[in-house]
Parts: sequence; C-alpha cells; structure tokens
Amino acid sequence: MSEYLALIYEDEAGFETASEETLNRIMMGHNEFGEQNGAALRGGNALQPSMSATSLRRDASGKLVVTDGPFAETKEALGGYYLIEASDLDQAIAIASQIPAEFGGVEVRPIRVFD
Amino acid sequence: MLAATVRVVGDIGVAEECVQEAYAKALSAWPVSGVPTRAGAWLTTVARRRAIDTLRRQSSQERLFAKYVEEDVAPLPEESELPLIHDDRLRLIFTCCHPALSLDTQVALTLRLLCGLSTAEVARAFLVSESTMAARLTRGKKKIAATHIPYRVPSTDELPSRVDAVLATVHLVFTTGHTAPIGTDLMRRDLVERALQLARMLRELLPDSAEVAGLLALILLTDARRGTRIDLDGALLLLSEQDRGRWDRSAIEEGALLVRLALRHRPAGRYALMAAIAAVHAEASSWEATDWDEIVGLYDLLLATWPSPVVALNRAVAVGLAEGPAAGLAALDELGDTRQLSGYNYLASARADFLRRLNRRDEARRAYVEALESCDNDVERAYLRRRLEELEQ
Repeated sequence: MSEYLALIYEDEAGFETASEETLNRIMMGHNEFGEQNGAALRGGNALQPSMSATSLRRDASGKLVVTDGPFAETKEALGGYYLIEASDLDQAIAIASQIPAEFGGVEVRPIRVFD
Repeated sequence: MLAATVRVVGDIGVAEECVQEAYAKALSAWPVSGVPTRAGAWLTTVARRRAIDTLRRQSSQERLFAKYVEEDVAPLPEESELPLIHDDRLRLIFTCCHPALSLDTQVALTLRLLCGLSTAEVARAFLVSESTMAARLTRGKKKIAATHIPYRVPSTDELPSRVDAVLATVHLVFTTGHTAPIGTDLMRRDLVERALQLARMLRELLPDSAEVAGLLALILLTDARRGTRIDLDGALLLLSEQDRGRWDRSAIEEGALLVRLALRHRPAGRYALMAAIAAVHAEASSWEATDWDEIVGLYDLLLATWPSPVVALNRAVAVGLAEGPAAGLAALDELGDTRQLSGYNYLASARADFLRRLNRRDEARRAYVEALESCDNDVERAYLRRRLEELEQ
C-alpha cells in the first residue's frame, strides 16, 4: 500500500459568494466522502483561507523574513487536504475523484518514502 | 519479452536491464551452444530469472512482490506462454498510456517499450535530441514508479476511457508518420508501420472494442494510398490526382470489413466514423465519382461525437466539394474565428484552393502565402509554392 496526499485547490471567491445552502451541501459532501472512504483515509483537514497564511523564508544573508500571504498567489488556492491510503495511483484517483471540489480541483501526490 | 519481465519486477527500468543482460548472455552463449529453437522464449526465461535474482536482493517489502511472482513464474508449460505474453503486453500498453502521463511521454514510452525502438530511434521520430528523449523517458518511468501507476488492465468501468487514451496515442503515432509535421519527407514510414503494428496488436488483444476496429480500419484505409501520394519527382499528389489503380486493394478490403464491424456499434465512435470517411474515398472509382454528400453526412456525425476545430475544417472542405467552391468558402468563413485553427496551415490552404477555383486570384495568392508561412513539411511547401507560381503567371 502507498499513501497519497489529495490537495484540494479551489477558487476562494466561490466560497465567499456561495449561499448558505451551497455551503451546507459542500459540507455534507465532505461528510459523505469521509463515511464512504473511511477505511482508506489517514487524515484530512480544511485550511483557513489563504489570506490567513504567513510565509517564512530566508534572504541571501540567511536572515528570516516573515511575510503576510501564501507562498504563491494563484487563482485556485490550497484549501484542504486528505491523506489517502491506496494500492496504486488508479485506486487513489478513484477515491480522490469523489472529493467535493466544485470551485476547483484536486491534485494527487504520492507520499515519498525514504528507505 | 520486456512486458513479461516488467510483470516480474514491477519496475520498467529494472526490467529493461534484465532484458539487456539476457541479450548479452545470448551473445556469449549462442555461438557456443547454437541458437535455441525457441530463441524468444529462451531470452524471456533468462530475463525473468535475472529479474527474480534482482528481486531477491531487494528490500523486504519488495520481497513480497517476488514471492507472488515466483509462484507463477516457475517453469511455465511452453504452450501457455503465448496468451501470457499477450496479457503482459496489454498491461504494459495501459501503463505506458496512463492519463497521468503527458501525451508526449505516453507516445515515447509506447514506442520505446512496446515497439522496441531504441531511445535514439524514438528521438529521431520526434526530431529531438537523444538526450532530450532519454530525459523524457526517464521522467516517465520515474513517475510510473513514484506514483505507483499500476501494471494491469483497467477495470470494466474505467476501460472505455482508458482505451481512448491508448487509441489517441496510437493515432498520434500514425498521423505523425502519415504526414510528417516537419522535415523533408512527406511520410515517416517507420512511424506508420509502428502504428499499424500497435493497432493490430490492440485488435488482437481487445477483439470486442469497436473503436479499436475503427482505428485499425482508419490506418489501413488511409495508408492504402501510400504508393500514390507523391509523383516520381517527389511532388505531392492530391487525392484527386492519385492513381487509384495503385492503391493497396488488400489493405482496403481488410479496412472496409473492419469499418462495417465497427459501425455496428451504436453510437458510432470517432475512429469508426473517420474510417468510414476513408472507406468512401477508398471505394470511389474516381475523384469525380466520390459520394460527397455521404462524406458531409459522416463529418456531421463525427462533429457531433468529437467536436474539434480540425473536424469542422474538414467538414467545410467536404461541403465545398459537394456543393461547389462558394459554399465551401462560406463554410470555411464560418469557422474563421476558431482561435485554435489560426496558424493551422490547412485552413489557409483550403481557403486558397476555393478562392482559386472562384478565380479570386489576389485573395487566393494571399491565402497561399499565409499557408506557406505556417507549413514546415518540405513536400507540402513545394506544392503550395507551385500553386502560388501558377497564380502569378
């Protein structure tokens, strides 16, 4: 078995303007996804919007620079993730394709294992 | 052989090494012991043994794999080897044409691993350097290994969409060979042959797929014209100028039979429809006798199942041939705004031909010049230049 991280990238504006009803439907979608794939899920969380992000990097002299905002500004921002256990990529795709992501999509990345 | 070895080790890179070692062993053993009667089986057995040895030396997790493998690799009865190899090839083609790989990578891996082309040969096919192709192949194999792209035939649910990906790859190999996008030769025979070989392999492996039958038919029917597409001086001959008596009749018969088979499946798929169009041409006794209304009707169906700008362009050309150049030009102008077609030389050259036949010489000239600007195949360029010169007389 291998582990895959399903990264959910969505347009945050979609959530800001969505009706209560839509938000409830999305929440229920995630609950349902969790129930149906419980055996394969090793974890998962929703993140606060990207405006809450703080980025850290070191400048040329090695000094820590703390800045407001995410590392890269993109239309679709990382908004949550699930850690999935699957036998292979096809199974991981089969599970990740059920993740609700109506304002964007899901990126599937294998977890790297060090010997 | 490679396919059978991949099944043992589950890693294409390791399998390739094992196969190479098997060849090396054959080079040293055969001159002494003579070439075995079943040389292919001999090589496969050696490569597999080598693969099992490799696995034995690997980590504990991978040892589990070896255990599973040894169970059914132990001396196989010779007769059962054929279906097994077929099965392995089918698995390998689905791995190489996995949608998680870019189309370029899919094509490169397929040519390298299924058709057995060397890295240098694959590089030549795509007119890139050997090091670029080697890097592309390595990236592809790394992605297969890192993401665990499975080495098996997809489930029934996934099968249709996965077969589509395989067919798209084989079709791309064929079209790249049929009219080389760039270079001095109109055709790349090696690529056409590989595409035909792959399509035949798929037909054997997936005999129930109508789209596989359709693609094989399309390749056979289109390639039946191979001997008549250029004249003795190497100049391009259009469908209307080709000597139909020299078209390959046995390829046409085989293709026509497959088209009928493929069209029985409803709704008809894109390859079956493209093959049906090729069949109408193949079965017309002359250019003048071509049933253009039938062809326009088939393009309408094709456009409905596969709405692509290139199909729309071909349909517009067929309209011009069915109803005259003015109607054709009007149909082409309707697509004028299709952004994906801007810079596609066939749009400009089709316009130029209709304008020429309407005797609108200045506009025709400008359109030929535009077509020349975006055409990189020397044989096609020579044709366009010839037309342009005729207009300037």
